[in-house]
Amino acid sequence: MTIQEQQKAIIEEFSIFDDWMDKYAYLIELGKELPMIDEKYKTNQYLITGCQSRVWLFAELDDEGKVVFTADSDAVITKGIVSLLIKVLSGHAPKEILDTDLEFLEKIGLKEHLSPTRANGLVSMVKQMQFYARAFQLKSNAKK
Amino acid sequence: MLYDIEQIRKEFPILKQTVNGKPLVYLDNAATTQKPDQVINRMVAYYENENSNVHRGVHHLSQLATDAYESARKYIANYIHASDPKEIIFTRGTTESINLIANAFETFVNEGDEIVISSMEHHSNLVPWQQLCVRTGAGLIVIPVNEEGELDTDQFKSALNERTRIVALTHISNVLGTINPVKEITQLAHEMEIPVLIDGAQAMAHIPVDVQDIDCDFYTFSGHKAYAPMGIGALYGKSEWLEKLPPYQFGGEMIESVHFDATTFNDLPYKFEAGTPNVAGALGLEAAIRYIDKHGIENIRKYEDELLAFATSQLNLIEDLQIIGTAAQKTAVISFIVDGVHAYDIGTLLDKMGIAIRTGNHCAQPLVDSYGLTGTIRMSLAMYNTKKEIDIFIDALKKVLGMLR
Ligand SMILES: Cc1ncc(COP(=O)(O)O)c(C=O)c1O
Repeated sequence: MTIQEQQKAIIEEFSIFDDWMDKYAYLIELGKELPMIDEKYKTNQYLITGCQSRVWLFAELDDEGKVVFTADSDAVITKGIVSLLIKVLSGHAPKEILDTDLEFLEKIGLKEHLSPTRANGLVSMVKQMQFYARAFQLKSNAKK
Repeated sequence: MLYDIEQIRKEFPILKQTVNGKPLVYLDNAATTQKPDQVINRMVAYYENENSNVHRGVHHLSQLATDAYESARKYIANYIHASDPKEIIFTRGTTESINLIANAFETFVNEGDEIVISSMEHHSNLVPWQQLCVRTGAGLIVIPVNEEGELDTDQFKSALNERTRIVALTHISNVLGTINPVKEITQLAHEMEIPVLIDGAQAMAHIPVDVQDIDCDFYTFSGHKAYAPMGIGALYGKSEWLEKLPPYQFGGEMIESVHFDATTFNDLPYKFEAGTPNVAGALGLEAAIRYIDKHGIENIRKYEDELLAFATSQLNLIEDLQIIGTAAQKTAVISFIVDGVHAYDIGTLLDKMGIAIRTGNHCAQPLVDSYGLTGTIRMSLAMYNTKKEIDIFIDALKKVLGMLR
């Protein structure tokens, strides 16, 4: 699936919820599917500092040149949203990640979590994912 | 006197709101309180009828505005039992009041001196002193709290010595709700001729404040935490002290005469009020304190104490929930944690149910750290909260914990 198709799939999945409780319960479930960061990377170096919930994020390039993200958070709602972001962005080429407009969070009514005033570190998380993608892109360009 | 909660709720227009389709349950009063009509209307009336710059004009409006501003000062001085209105300096709030004193004290603080605070201080009553220590080479001495969230006066006493330049202590902790024995500690400090500043940010809305009874040298508060507008607050200082301290900011209003080579400063309180003041704010503050006084601070306290006891007993019934701060003397604030559940998750889901509480370190990071926590969930009460709201909050909390555990 392309990033775009993945976003569409998530929007569709969420469209069945008309009750916020069901939506958040699902989000909490999604948190459990989060591709876990290796314990050895759960250090300050990989910590994204939001004010309240903490997020650790790691990225590497696989054999096909796709970025693979792993993460963790100490808050389960944050974890659910991180899980969604990884679902959308992980396994794609750096250029695809950089070209993406992340619209699904708004479409599924979770945009408030991406507001810079929310103090949950998600804005910095998205920036950090893009930063990794850019770094990998520069590296592979340099090789060519 | 009858405490007419129905009438009181009607007087706070914001309380009629719904959030996410649910009636607003506002339990974040330690962050800021809502404003009654009396305060809002007073400010509107000022801009409609009296607005003019104070202390400057010879014209009618300027006189009206000046009179109103000065009578607000007088009313506030009276309410907190200052001995003279000139002992009340209008500021932006607690933070500015404390910064004013911490800056002015630079004259009296030298390398090797000490400043004594407690570990339950808000960043506003910590960072200004810490930075003063950085500038001067003085040491910051921090008195710890015990498990219940109480200060040990003996420990305070043993921390004081001839190098101590000031004691700065909060009247009420915004995280634990503890009411500190400020009068006793002031007396201990005065026995060694050490001045005392009390941070009253959390006290004004909840308990009587009598600065002469406490005998503190400085007392600071923010209007917005006591039903008044944001951007106004006060510094009380004994006039002997305020006379001695150098001005904090320079400009108009605070001067007596200005020449290119020298300036003489105005008398108290104007020496500390540089520039055009927040007149509407000061009038709003007066209206807020009149509002408190109309209902009676003792009545408010009694009412809030009942709510606090009720909320505490309900919370204690929830499994794995631990209240942080169980001092014998406390008001209006309950911090808690739930084992295995992140405060941020609880706050996020409670918001979905229309309930405003606060999560995190509440601008008192060292205190929260000292409990080995990264944050707490805090519910804080005001005079307009009800038992029914606490029921709604407790039900919502149970529902939320059901989702998260
Ligand atoms: C105990 C205490 N001190 C100081 C402050 C700072 O008040 P302000 O932000 O109004 O200056 C607060 C506000 O949260 C407080 O609770």
